[in-house]
Amino acid sequence: MLTCFNVQETHYFSNTVHYCRSSMPRLSQTHPSIGLTDEQKDFQKVAFDFAANEMAPHMAEWDLKEIFPVEAMRKAAQLGFGGIYVNPDVGGSGLSRLDTSIIFEALSTGCVSTTAYISIHNMCAWMIDTFGNNEQREKFCPDLCAMQKFASYCLTEPGSGSDAASLLTSATLQGDHYILNGSKAFISGGGDTDVYVVMCRTGGKGPKGISCLVVEKGTPGLSFGKKEKKVGWNSQPTRAVIFEDCAVPVINRLGAEGEGFSIAMKGLNGGRINIASCSLGAAHASVLLARDHMCVRKQFGETLSNSQFLQFKLAEMATKLVASRLLVRQAAVALQEGRPEAVSLCSMAKLFVTDECFSICNQALQIHGGYGYLKDYAVQQYVRDIRVHQILEGTNEVMRMIIARSLLTES
Amino acid sequence: MHRSSEVKHVASYLNTRGCECFGQPCESHCPVLTDRTIHVQLKTFIKIRVKPDRTGVVTDGVKHSMNPFCEIAVEEAIKLKEKKLVKEVVAVSCGPQQVQETIRTALAMGADRGIHVEVSGKDYETLGPLQVSKIFAALAKKEQADLIILGKQAIDDDCNQTGQITAALLDWPQGTFASEMTLEADKLKVVREVDGGLETIKINLPAVVTADLRLNTPRYATLPNIMKAKKKKIANVKPADLGVDVCSRLEVLKVDEPPQRQAGVKVETVDDLVGKLKEAGRV
Repeated sequence: MLTCFNVQETHYFSNTVHYCRSSMPRLSQTHPSIGLTDEQKDFQKVAFDFAANEMAPHMAEWDLKEIFPVEAMRKAAQLGFGGIYVNPDVGGSGLSRLDTSIIFEALSTGCVSTTAYISIHNMCAWMIDTFGNNEQREKFCPDLCAMQKFASYCLTEPGSGSDAASLLTSATLQGDHYILNGSKAFISGGGDTDVYVVMCRTGGKGPKGISCLVVEKGTPGLSFGKKEKKVGWNSQPTRAVIFEDCAVPVINRLGAEGEGFSIAMKGLNGGRINIASCSLGAAHASVLLARDHMCVRKQFGETLSNSQFLQFKLAEMATKLVASRLLVRQAAVALQEGRPEAVSLCSMAKLFVTDECFSICNQALQIHGGYGYLKDYAVQQYVRDIRVHQILEGTNEVMRMIIARSLLTES
Repeated sequence: MHRSSEVKHVASYLNTRGCECFGQPCESHCPVLTDRTIHVQLKTFIKIRVKPDRTGVVTDGVKHSMNPFCEIAVEEAIKLKEKKLVKEVVAVSCGPQQVQETIRTALAMGADRGIHVEVSGKDYETLGPLQVSKIFAALAKKEQADLIILGKQAIDDDCNQTGQITAALLDWPQGTFASEMTLEADKLKVVREVDGGLETIKINLPAVVTADLRLNTPRYATLPNIMKAKKKKIANVKPADLGVDVCSRLEVLKVDEPPQRQAGVKVETVDDLVGKLKEAGRV
C-alpha cells in the first residue's frame, strides 16, 4: 500500500475511485501558497488537485512498469499544462515563469518524473514559439500545447555533455535540406516523442557554429537507441537519438544559422527553474511524509516526534525548503522580467535547490528508517527521481561555472 | 410557512452550511453554493479539535474549500449551460470574505457571475440551514431564478436541510439526492437515490434539486478559465438587504468529542461470547 500523502478519501467517496480530494495539509509555515496572488493560488490548486487525483495514485506503477503516461499528460494538456508559458495565439496558456514554477512544484508532488517530462515538453514548445517564424509556430505549437504531439530536447551527445558547445552532430546544407549525421545521448522521451528540437553544427567550431533544427519522427535516417534503464525518471523513456544521412528541410530551422546554441541556452534558463521547481515539490511531499511518519512511529515508548534530534532535523528540512522556494521564485521573476541577472539567478536556483531538496528527501527517507527503503513507501521514489536533477539541464558544477563567470566579469 | 420554535439541544454543532443553486432553465440558470466547510477530509492529517470552551470546533488555520457536493452541483449547472438549456449560471456563497475564493473556483469552472452574501463574525458562527435557506429564497425571488441546484449536504455538519427548507419557503417542488437530472421543456426529471434504490420523479419548474455523489464528476478548472474568472463579477449583498434576519433560533449548549473507543475483549468460546453479550444486555 503506497503511502501517498496527498491522496485523501472520506467515507463519502469510497464508491468513487476517482474522486480524491487534494489539499495540502496545512503546514502553514511551509505551505507553498504563501505570498501568492489569488489567481496563482487558483493555478496551484488545479495543479495540486490534478497531481493528487490523476498522478499520485499511479506514480509507483508508472515507475515500476516504466509507463510513459500519455493519457494522463493529455488530460493535463486539456487544463493548459502543455504550453504553460507559450503564447495563447498558438494554443498556449500565456502564463508567467513564476506561475509556471508554482504549477510544476504542485504537479511534482504527484509524480516527479512525469512532471519533469512535461516541463521539458513545455521548454521545447516555448523555443519553437519564441524563436520560430509564424509558419513554424503554427505548424508545431498547437499540437504540442494540446499534447497531441510530444517533444524532446536534443543537445547532449556521447562526447559532449557539460562541454555542450563542442557537439559534433553535423548538418550539411544540400539544396533546401540539411543532412544530419551524428547522435544525441540521454534524450528524455526519445523514441516515443514526435518532435525533436535538435542542436547541430551547421558552421565552424564552438557555439557560433551551432543551429537549431526541428526534426519530426518518421523522417528517414532518424532512429533511436535502446531504452536506457535508469535509477529514476522511469515514467519517461530515455534513448539515444541517431541521425544517419537524415534530411531535414531548411524551413525547420529555428532562427538563423549560428543562433542554435543561444536558443538552447535560453531554453535552459527556464528549464532550470522548472527542474528546480520539480525538486521543490518532491521535497515538500517528503517533509510532509516524514512529519506524518514521526507522528505515528513509536520507539523507546514514544513517538519519534518526541525526539529532539528528529525535531531539529525536521525543522532544518522545512527551513531549507522555504529558503529554496524563495530562491526559485525570485529567479523566475527575474527571468520573466528579462533582468540581466536572470541567467545567474536561474543557475543559482538550480544549483542550490536541486542539492538542498535532494538532501531533504534523503533525510526524509532516513527518518522513515527501514520502511523508507521499501518501494511501498513513496519517499524512496522522490529520492530516486530527483537525484538526476543535480545532473541534467546543466550539472551543478556547470552552474558554478556560470555563476563564477558572471561574478568575475564586469558587464 | 412556519417558523421553527426555539430549540435547545446538545449537538455536535459544526457550522451548518448547505449548498444551494438557483436557476432558470429558459432564461437564466444559476447554481448557488455556499462554502463554509471545515475541511473534514483533513481528519486524515489534521485532527479536528473541540474548542476549550466546548462551543464548537477550532476553525482557525483550517483550510476551507468548496463543499464536494457543491462542486457536483456547480458542475451540473455548467453542463446544463453547455447544452444550451440554461442561459446563466450564478454561484452564491454566504459567509465572510474568504468565501470569495470559493465563488471564484465556481467561476473558474464556468459559472457566469457570483453573489457573495456577507455574513461574518458571531452571525457567521451561528448561521444555520434555516437562515441560509431564507437568504436563498429571497435571492431566488430577486434573481427570478427557476432552478436551484445545491449539494445535498455540507460535509462538516451533515445537516442535509437547506435544500428542503429553501424549497418549502419558496413553495417549490424538490428533487433531493439526485443522481441524474434531465430538463424536459419546463419539467425536470430527477432520479433520486433513496434507501430502497432509485426513485424517478418528474417535477415542475421552478424547483430545488440537491446533488448526490453520482450526479457527475466535477471538472478541473483550466488555466485559461481561471484567468477568465478574474473578469467575472462577484456582487456583494448583505442579509439585511434581502430582508433576512440571520439571528439563530438555536443555542449550542455544548460540543464534545466522540467517546474514546474502548478496548475490546477476546473470548475463547462461543459460549463465552454469548455470556458476555448477555451481560452487556445485548441479547
